[in-house]
Amino acid sequence: MKIIDRSYTAYYFLLLMILIYVLVFFINPDKMFSSLNFSYNIVKQIVPIFALVFLLMVVTNYFVAPEKIAKYIGKQSKKKKWFLAVVTGIISTGPIYMWYPMLKELGKKGASNGFTATFLYNRAIKPPLLPMIIYYFGIKFTIVLTVVMIIFSIVQGKIIEEVID
Amino acid sequence: MNKKLRQAIHKSGKAIYRMIPIMISIILLIGLVNALIPKKAFTYLFSKNIFLDSFIGGALGSIMAGNPVTSYILGGEFLEQGVSLIAVTAFIVAWVTVGMVQLPAESMMLGKKFALMRNGLSFVFSIIVALITVFILGII
Repeated sequence: MKIIDRSYTAYYFLLLMILIYVLVFFINPDKMFSSLNFSYNIVKQIVPIFALVFLLMVVTNYFVAPEKIAKYIGKQSKKKKWFLAVVTGIISTGPIYMWYPMLKELGKKGASNGFTATFLYNRAIKPPLLPMIIYYFGIKFTIVLTVVMIIFSIVQGKIIEEVID
Repeated sequence: MNKKLRQAIHKSGKAIYRMIPIMISIILLIGLVNALIPKKAFTYLFSKNIFLDSFIGGALGSIMAGNPVTSYILGGEFLEQGVSLIAVTAFIVAWVTVGMVQLPAESMMLGKKFALMRNGLSFVFSIIVALITVFILGII
């Protein structure tokens, strides 16, 4: 599963962007400087938010270990399972592909495909990144979107459970 | 400093460090697009038909991948350019729920039928979630 983890695509992309900027500099230096200025302003705006994101990530990583979550999911009762899928999905950390083997194991131990789907959908809601989404779209939007997504994660889980399980 | 805290800082630092190259690239791209491409270009891509726009937003979000933060930055810029909130919402929702890049790995680990159905449903839901979210925002 390391193929995605060790990808250098981001670095190639960055290199490509630098090359394009160099090219634009030779064709139209004014455009290059106005592009750079625009980008610099975005960076200036998001750096303080990123400091907050980092802090929230440390808190999440400090309190939540993937192994503990997996152990807890394994013990879930039927009644609590949707609630657990939502909560554990939201607080789970790390890249998504790190979770596939664990979810496969949980499936063998009795977790339904619906549960897995709801869990994966809720991984989209990341508390440490909330300051960023609030900054761009506002607090009202963030709250409504989060609630709607949680509801639809359960709808998705139930549909998948009906069809596959 | 205890070991657990050190590990948490290290893990978070690594995650942020991994985000940096792609984020800088995207920000540089936004700067370039802003300077070189006329603002009208985005209005050509999005038609102002809410269903079609959310479909386009969801489709764009599905094929693009990476950290959610990148989608917020791009989404914020789309809004600035006059793209509708519905399309942008579908875009950021599909970005985080549909994983075309991870599809082979997901199929291999959790089954082809499951992966296809989950990603297909997530795409459709990105449009529905966008429509409902913007509708609720309009009435509250």
